[in-house]
Amino acid sequence: MFIERHSVGRVEPRRFVFGSQEDPLVLDSGRAMGPVELVYETYGTPNQDRTNAILICHALSGDAHAAGIHDPHDKRVGWWDNMIGPGKAFDTGRYWVISANVIGGCKGSTGPNATNPATGKPYGSDFPLITIGDMVAAQKHLVDHLGIERLFCVVGGSMGGFQALEWSLRYPENVHSVICIAAGAQLSTQGIAFNAVGRHAITTDPDWQGGHYYDTAGPVRGLASARMVAHITYLSEISLSNKFGRRLQSADRLSYDIHHEFAVESYLNHQGTRFTERFDANSYIYITKAMDYFDIVRTYGPLKEAFAEATARFLVVSYSSDWLFPTAQSKEIVRALIATDRDVSFVDIDSPHGHDAFLIDIDQLTRVTSAFLDGSQRSQPIARRSSAG
Amino acid sequence: MQDDRRQVNYVNTLSQTDWDIIAAIIPEGAQVLDLGCGDCALLGELAARKHVRGRGVDIDGSRLAGGMALGLPVYQGDLDEGLADFADKAYDYVILNQTLQVVKNPQIVIREMMRIGRFGIVGFPNFGYWALRAGIFFGGRAPKSPALPFEWYNTPNIRVLTIRDFRAFCREENLRIVAEYDLIMNKWRRHLPARLCANLLAHIGLFVVTRNGNRVV
Repeated sequence: MFIERHSVGRVEPRRFVFGSQEDPLVLDSGRAMGPVELVYETYGTPNQDRTNAILICHALSGDAHAAGIHDPHDKRVGWWDNMIGPGKAFDTGRYWVISANVIGGCKGSTGPNATNPATGKPYGSDFPLITIGDMVAAQKHLVDHLGIERLFCVVGGSMGGFQALEWSLRYPENVHSVICIAAGAQLSTQGIAFNAVGRHAITTDPDWQGGHYYDTAGPVRGLASARMVAHITYLSEISLSNKFGRRLQSADRLSYDIHHEFAVESYLNHQGTRFTERFDANSYIYITKAMDYFDIVRTYGPLKEAFAEATARFLVVSYSSDWLFPTAQSKEIVRALIATDRDVSFVDIDSPHGHDAFLIDIDQLTRVTSAFLDGSQRSQPIARRSSAG
Repeated sequence: MQDDRRQVNYVNTLSQTDWDIIAAIIPEGAQVLDLGCGDCALLGELAARKHVRGRGVDIDGSRLAGGMALGLPVYQGDLDEGLADFADKAYDYVILNQTLQVVKNPQIVIREMMRIGRFGIVGFPNFGYWALRAGIFFGGRAPKSPALPFEWYNTPNIRVLTIRDFRAFCREENLRIVAEYDLIMNKWRRHLPARLCANLLAHIGLFVVTRNGNRVV
């Protein structure tokens, strides 16, 4: 693949293991897990006192590979490559950008497809239920390991936004600024409902086998259906309509066939199938559960009281056509932060692309995030990068 | 697009004239909310000169990036929809400078501003200015001037008001005018003789208002 000038280029995923069966990570559910493995990537270089670190938190189906390529033959770049790199919003010429897989996922960090030390087999559905707080607690171990006392910024969209907010409440002294994009203080009823449909599709697929399917292909049909439904929630009525209209897939006349008549059907089908090639059904269950559980009010109390404990400066971004995490949910966070006199900025970006806009419409996002990061340096200046790197 | 730019330039030209007087009005370290702040240039100035704790509100998110880069908190919102995210009496001063004439619901905006702040600072172009009157009287055309270069069909200034209109509005809304500054012949004047002829001679009126009953310190 041709590496463009503003790319971070080739990156190498790294591993970090912490905890043990004797000294485990205690989860919000009360269960324990250890050892825990995290796979992460870094872009750019730390400055001398490591005050220029930005932690990127990924969304439900994302992973640590946020920018650059793994292999010169890679056709695809990291999921936020348009935001991370030299001269981009998260400018790797100035910042040290860190991106880690969440626990519960299937991209190397400990999750249901990892080997259960107790049985020597994959955890499957014996994997403990995790929360956004648990994901963040694991990230905190990594951040400590990397010698970072205080993150310059934690940023994420969607479930990544949940993690960013959680950081500001769980570890207030360790975060200078937070960028929360297309998220909310809790997952909405509608969000839980869609997640429930997805999990239902997986768990009623006979190939799920109670979650212990790792010696077979697993519930690929259920997972594909889950992804198809979810994918619709990431788009908007207008973007679907613009992209496909009522176009037919192959003929210019109706074929009165049960299978794919309309272009949008084939598109969703393709999205569903492709997803099963890169994602684990159990991880889908565990991560959507973690999203369902996320509720700042339940964990930290009424928003105003909860955010009174936060010390970070915040940038909250919503997208006008996002109906999975509507603007009103972002404003709820903003209102609480204003009420507690926190340093918060709010921008609602006009876009037709629904929830996925934070991956697509990045011009305006770039403008506001880089301005916000510049502004954040006024209260916490970043020393020039050390030559050692 | 070009109209937008013209509006931005026009508003900037006018509002920069007002900076000194606004900076003089606002006390050191006050809590300030600037409605229609654009790129927060005024707030940045107030933060530098008077160490205010400020926040800017504007409908245009791109321009707000300017404020963010200065480290100022900003909020993208449409003033015409009210400011429900802001609590009562949360600010010492709420500024509405060269913005009143472009909003759809001036009454809502002013009521919101007086709910949120103890004092309001309202600056607007005076459409009672003699040259504008002369234009409409002799020319028979909608008023235009170097400061108001728009045609009737593309002007952002959808609210045409005079200094006397605003004084009457304050009475109706039970607002007390704490101070009135009139820009007459490029000088800010606040004393009675100037106020008597301000409606005819002033380009700009700038008012400090408060709810009747609020204690003035």
